[in-house]
Amino acid sequence: MTVALRKEEELAADIEAGGAGGQYLTFMMAGEEYGIEILKVQEIKGWDTVTPIPNTPEHVLGVLNLRGAVVPIINLRQRFGLETIEYGTTTVVIVVKMTDDDQERTVGLVVDAVADAYRLESEEIQPPPDMGGAVNTEFVLGLATVGEKMVILIEVDRLIDFSDLDAAPDAANEADATIAEDKGQ
Amino acid sequence: MQSVLAVDDSASIRTLVSHVLEAAGYQVVLAEDGREALEFARDNDVDVVLTDINMPNLDGIGLIKALRTLPNYKFTPLLVLTTESGHEKKMEGKAAGATGWIVKPFNPEQLISTVGKVIA
Amino acid sequence: MAIDIDLAEIAQLFIEESMEGLDIMESGLLNLDLGDADTETMNSIFRAAHSIKGGGATFGFMEISNFAHHVETLLDEMRQGDRPVTKDGVDLMLQSVDCIREMINSLADGDVDTTRADELEIDLAKMLGSDASPDPADVTEAAADAASESPGAPIVGWEIKFEPHPGILKSCNDPLRILRELRKLGELEVRSIGASKLLLGEFDPEECHVAWQMTLHGGIALEQIKEIFDWVSDECELSIDPIRDENAPQPPAEVVKESTEDTVTPPPKPAAKKASKSSSSSQDGGSIRVNIDKVDALINLVGELVITQSMLSRFNSDFDFTQIEQLREGLTQLSRNTRELQESVMAIRMLPISFAFSRFPRLVRDTGNALNKKVDLQLVGETTELDKTVLEKIGDPLVHLVRNSLDHGLETPEARVAAGKPETGILQLNAYHEGGNIIIQVIDDGAGINKDRVLAKARERGIVGPDEILSDEKINNLIFMAGFSTVDQVSDLSGRGVGMDVVRRNIGDLGGTVSVKSETGVGSTFTIRLPLTLAILDGQLVRVGSQSYIIPLISIVETIQTNDEKVNEIVGKSELFKLRDEYLSVLRLYEMFGVQADSTRIDDGLLVVAEANGHRVGILVDDLLEQQQVVIKSLEANYRQMPGISGATILGDGTVALILDVPGLIQLFYERNADVQNNVHQVA
Repeated sequence: MTVALRKEEELAADIEAGGAGGQYLTFMMAGEEYGIEILKVQEIKGWDTVTPIPNTPEHVLGVLNLRGAVVPIINLRQRFGLETIEYGTTTVVIVVKMTDDDQERTVGLVVDAVADAYRLESEEIQPPPDMGGAVNTEFVLGLATVGEKMVILIEVDRLIDFSDLDAAPDAANEADATIAEDKGQ
Repeated sequence: MQSVLAVDDSASIRTLVSHVLEAAGYQVVLAEDGREALEFARDNDVDVVLTDINMPNLDGIGLIKALRTLPNYKFTPLLVLTTESGHEKKMEGKAAGATGWIVKPFNPEQLISTVGKVIA
Repeated sequence: MAIDIDLAEIAQLFIEESMEGLDIMESGLLNLDLGDADTETMNSIFRAAHSIKGGGATFGFMEISNFAHHVETLLDEMRQGDRPVTKDGVDLMLQSVDCIREMINSLADGDVDTTRADELEIDLAKMLGSDASPDPADVTEAAADAASESPGAPIVGWEIKFEPHPGILKSCNDPLRILRELRKLGELEVRSIGASKLLLGEFDPEECHVAWQMTLHGGIALEQIKEIFDWVSDECELSIDPIRDENAPQPPAEVVKESTEDTVTPPPKPAAKKASKSSSSSQDGGSIRVNIDKVDALINLVGELVITQSMLSRFNSDFDFTQIEQLREGLTQLSRNTRELQESVMAIRMLPISFAFSRFPRLVRDTGNALNKKVDLQLVGETTELDKTVLEKIGDPLVHLVRNSLDHGLETPEARVAAGKPETGILQLNAYHEGGNIIIQVIDDGAGINKDRVLAKARERGIVGPDEILSDEKINNLIFMAGFSTVDQVSDLSGRGVGMDVVRRNIGDLGGTVSVKSETGVGSTFTIRLPLTLAILDGQLVRVGSQSYIIPLISIVETIQTNDEKVNEIVGKSELFKLRDEYLSVLRLYEMFGVQADSTRIDDGLLVVAEANGHRVGILVDDLLEQQQVVIKSLEANYRQMPGISGATILGDGTVALILDVPGLIQLFYERNADVQNNVHQVA
């Protein structure tokens, strides 16, 4: 077990040393094209109704049954602070594997539509520039130019914070405040 | 394929014996104590019986005595597993009708050669 | 012969088995009546030590085997009645059990620490008297060997006279086999002698009446020849004499060397290093020993399931509505198969609670001694089965409760006599099944909980408001509140800083609850209520708006319909409704979870009265749906723990429903209300 893990770590280190080159799956959101490492993608499925989890951040839409596993679904538009839209026929859930503290989790990302798949060499990828806060750069791995287009590459592992259990989520605080006002009057 | 009935109340010894003898090409039947072994032996023949001495319900000595009363076990080699200090036990086993013994601790090669010795 | 056996894996089995053996020894020793030891108990204790010794040597754990040997020797003397069973003897055995347990545990670190074993060995040796002299039989044999191999002309062969007793065949020792083996050592000349009794009338085919005179050529070690005759030494007359020939050419030295190598026993290869690896990994994975009957039952059920499946698959190809009855029958059968299969699979994980109870005789004895209290421990319902994981995790909370009862519950003999009670206090551990749950009780006939002191302490710590009036039951259960454990209440034994709130939390983590009933001067009863398994729970499906939630049945007291008039809203406090003689808070689930309910009016919904840790609330839901068993899926596996939710499950239609964590939900509810109160105070 430990041996296998170490191998993965070495592999990850190798990838890092060699840059971010590799296969990318791209998808559309608000007219922009985003890419994620294809190795992280487990499957792509259509949008389905989720079961909401109370007191979670707004971008966590809820959980879904994925062949017996309970998988959280993230609205990537909301996660990136983009305007939300009605889900349409092209709306898909990209199921990805995230690694956090040695634990692998399966998470679904709701995006507008799947675009393409490319092979990108590491020299084609540039570090993220300062975007002036328009897009939260903490998730951005880099930028790549494919022909005329620019693709924003995303670091999947940073999309959800699994750890801050004790920090009260915003929704809960707001609920408290509402109750307090009601009762106070 | 020649068959061995191995009787020991210790699961680890049973597992060891069965792994070793199966690897050497024997068919191994396991029993947890003398009573279980005897029940099996009433309806089944084996080529060799290998039994521990200290066991609950029916101990190895009792098992050997009982087996020797069964017509189909009259001429079956019966080996006891014993500890090195158990000289008395060896003789007690012999008196009950045991063919011989294997001294614990044993290693896989010893086990195989001893069992091979009594199976002509 | 090269045999590839993974000794480490089997050694791991030995470790597990030895641990069980040590538990058997411990409980056996604790149950022994001094002076009148039960033979069967003594035998089982002896067998356990014997197995550890034998297995230890086999798997290369020589330190453990050697130490166990001394223990075994002492136990054997006790077992044979050669040595009285004394308190000192039992104490020393108990220490030895601990010591072996430590040694086995330390195998995981790769090194066996023998410090304690060495110390105890001295005590054991003292008790055994001087036991250092070697086996007299070995001495004579060794001496004889030495004599026969005394210096002289080189040995070139052996003259062997072998006269089997007539009964030799009865032990299935075939003299011909012996001859064959001798032939393997060197060139053998055989002459049969003394077949005189072979008269037809007397001939018994089951007897042996032949003897042999043999010459074995070669410089063979006497030991090798003796080994061949070892099994029959009591069934024959045997003489082995060396042939020395000073003129004869030297025997080829290689022969001796080679044959020696064949028979010399290499010491067992230590499996400790490898075993330690597997032991650490198996602590995570764990293994379980399952009674073969349970496996057989499972196989039978799978067989039935296959039959049902094949029966149903007929309808796959051509189905017409005349067959609807058969289809219905098949589906009924399928649901029965499924239920039975589920029960059988669960049964595999079920172990008797005696595994958790077994440590208490020792613990109570030691703790009682340390506190100078006389305790009669009674174990009831030891065969009650529960899930292995629950069983493993309930140990610590139980230890804490038992220590608490010994420490704070039971009085000293003097105090008991003064109170008109018998000197010896009673501590009972009781386990039984109730519905789908297991109930474990820790009952003492001690002084009971001092309610005035508890209430005073709770007021002092702000857990209870100065004017709040509480029922006796509520006061008793205050001891489970966080931060209640106080310095003057905690002794060295109960462990500073670890309070009853931790016990409650640990039990809560298992999906269970704990409560206490106590009567001053009569005693206390702690009651733990646990689900039988962690994998499946009996749930009540409830609906709030478009969402379905599952409330564990274990937490539900009843469900009632009430109306808004019966609910009082207290400013700055939650809404309360009166249920018989008790006021309960209304927990509006839609509000807690921020979902849209059908209606916010209490008249329109139902109140599910749920209880956790002595707190009762009415959970307002829109509707009750069916009750069903659900398989628990963790939210943590792919997301994280959420307050008020213990997990999720997948319903028949494939959608996910959340399972409420009632204790967590109630706590969350009170926390929010506390915030509300604080805000109100600040405004005022």
